Amino acid sequence: MVKTVDAPEGIEGQGFFATSLDKVIGIARSNSIWPLPFATSCCGIEFMATMGANYDLARFGSERLAFTPRQTDLLMVMGTISKKMAPVLKQVYDQMAEPKWVLSVGACACSGGIFDTYSVLQGIDKVIPVDVYVPGCPPRPEQIIEGLMKIQELAKNESLRRRDSDEYKKMLESYNIQSAEQ
Amino acid sequence: MSEITIKNTGQIISTETIDGDIATLNLGPTHPATHGIFQNILKVDGERILSAEPTIGYIHRAFEKLAERRPYNQITPITDRLNYCSSPINNLGWHMTVEKLAGIEVPKRVDYMRVIVMELARIADHLVCNSVIGVDTGALTGFTYMFQEREKIYELYEEICGARLTTNVGRIGGFERDFSATFHAKLNKFLEEFPVNFEEFDRLLTRNRIFMDRVIGAGPITAERALEYSFSGPNLRAAGVDYDVRVMNPYSSYQDFDFDIPVGKDGDTYDRFVMRQEEIRQSVKIIRQALEKMPAGDFHANVPEFYLPPKEEVYRSMESLIYHFKIVMGETAIPAGEVYHAVEGGNGELGYYLVSDGGRTPYRLHFRRPCFIYYQAYPEMIVDSVLSDAILTMSSMNVIAGELDA
Amino acid sequence: MDNQLLLTHITSIMGAEPQAEIDNYGMLNVAVSADALIGLVEGLKSQQGFIYLTDICGAHYPERVGGEFEVVYHLHNLVANQRVRIKVALSESALTVPTLTGLYAGANWMERETFDFYGIQFDGHPDLRRILNMDDMDYHPLRKQYALEDETRTDKNDTFFGR
Repeated sequence: MVKTVDAPEGIEGQGFFATSLDKVIGIARSNSIWPLPFATSCCGIEFMATMGANYDLARFGSERLAFTPRQTDLLMVMGTISKKMAPVLKQVYDQMAEPKWVLSVGACACSGGIFDTYSVLQGIDKVIPVDVYVPGCPPRPEQIIEGLMKIQELAKNESLRRRDSDEYKKMLESYNIQSAEQ
Repeated sequence: MSEITIKNTGQIISTETIDGDIATLNLGPTHPATHGIFQNILKVDGERILSAEPTIGYIHRAFEKLAERRPYNQITPITDRLNYCSSPINNLGWHMTVEKLAGIEVPKRVDYMRVIVMELARIADHLVCNSVIGVDTGALTGFTYMFQEREKIYELYEEICGARLTTNVGRIGGFERDFSATFHAKLNKFLEEFPVNFEEFDRLLTRNRIFMDRVIGAGPITAERALEYSFSGPNLRAAGVDYDVRVMNPYSSYQDFDFDIPVGKDGDTYDRFVMRQEEIRQSVKIIRQALEKMPAGDFHANVPEFYLPPKEEVYRSMESLIYHFKIVMGETAIPAGEVYHAVEGGNGELGYYLVSDGGRTPYRLHFRRPCFIYYQAYPEMIVDSVLSDAILTMSSMNVIAGELDA
Repeated sequence: MDNQLLLTHITSIMGAEPQAEIDNYGMLNVAVSADALIGLVEGLKSQQGFIYLTDICGAHYPERVGGEFEVVYHLHNLVANQRVRIKVALSESALTVPTLTGLYAGANWMERETFDFYGIQFDGHPDLRRILNMDDMDYHPLRKQYALEDETRTDKNDTFFGR
């Protein structure tokens, strides 16, 4: 039995269905999130297991993994980010087009994990804004899928004007990220 | 006619053979085909690579400094994260190092149990490497099928220690629990099903005309150069030198088992691929022997100073309570001394150089990481080959970033 | 060949009895000065078959005044299955030891890592710079006087971690 996405509320008639634009776009976005797996260490191997046939991330619409920031929506940071790597991560985030989401997988990406050392960045939210944190060391594939499902919720319910709002721009400035217009 | 000398290797290429300008290409650190984060700045003439300059350290987590802060039983979780595709081997190698330093002798049963766990880890590691070689040549099917087999190995790990990937398995002196009946049932089922599925994967690639044309001759290295670079493990054996730590310096009763060491000829990607396939078969053979000949006995040594006593006794007997307290707080009495112990990891000789001053944490712990040492030879292996062969060479060398940078 | 025989070979290579001991774990430890290192290693490689360099690492013993730093070499004779450990003690004011890259190509990165962690200079190394840490780091982190953590971090409260 195939479970399809529920249709949003709207007015239905012979040959037409009228609903609000943001609901349609929300459904389209949330069910076709193309991830960029930024896999650095052990969590990357659990991600490979999540992509495999047993846990199958593709059934959530994340069929097309790409390693190019230009064509993806979701930056999945999996693994330890060291201070040497932080500028690279920021550059990859900058290269992604709006709307974009960030999923921080694993304890190392969320907060530095067990590596409270001089060379490890204590959490990627020091350099880029993060939407969903998935703790674990490494998190089970089921947890990574739940993280993705939370991103789907965010994508579905996001207002179309969110990325242009002042609050969002202020948040980007606090990370020293230039927003698109500038 | 002028010549240019390649910086790292001293090879000389005549500029007459260069057709056009030399371009600089940045491969990494985030690149889909590099399976790990390390950077190579290549100078290319069209597709032909003239030189490579690797930069590593993008995942340096300071394990050696971290180990100076942690008591001996708390270092096991960080050894997990070295070669995370085969973490039980790292864990058990560390326990053997501490046992060597403290003079603990474990019962034979523990040795055989350790052999089973380590060979399962070796199979898991080689499966990743070989399916990824397939992916890099465009054959994704093998990857999907072999990752299902890895799920079965993960279930076996979960039976013995509760975790899938970063296992933290075993204790100093043995194991935390004996192998349960479920584990035996699952292992027997694995030993029945896995060889069949594995041969299916093998038939996809090993004698496949397209695959062979693609990988034969990619990234070769001679045995002499490999020894100069201190290669070890499958990469060295593919070049023709039969050095295996399990045979040279047997540990954990490996001398009781009958297995072959496959050896290659040219040291190119095809040899490395076939090497790992054959090693997987040998690992299955070892696991079968260990299961058959498993001696009865305790699953841990009788060393209450290092091995947590059972909880019932902790609540009843004063001594057990004190031992429990001391072990958990890290006040174990490891003697002073220095020791070097090596195990055969998935990538080669994984060595632990441990200096203890009798305190609660190591004074100095150095990991001899095979990936770090053999990755030095990468520029030499890819000079004068094409870019796509360079990618294949990197994935066939099985470079795991955690072990590279530590 | 056993350790005693190896010790006699080493004595003949060096011309005098070195400071050596066979430890409780079956390994022969030889302590040499930085000047005598190349002679010993070359002799072991060409005459005694120690063609395999297992490892180079460093260590810091701040209480050993005059010999605070130590470079430890592990060599391996694959045919006779014999290992040996060679140690060179260096003082902080003369932190230089000759490089082994001329003898073993694999010594290149091992020495770079030792330089990165301890600041030990390897004389004659083709490319001695940091390998694992960031290039602009101005101290050598594995020395005992430096802390493990990044002291400037603000998100962790050390009182909760017992530090």
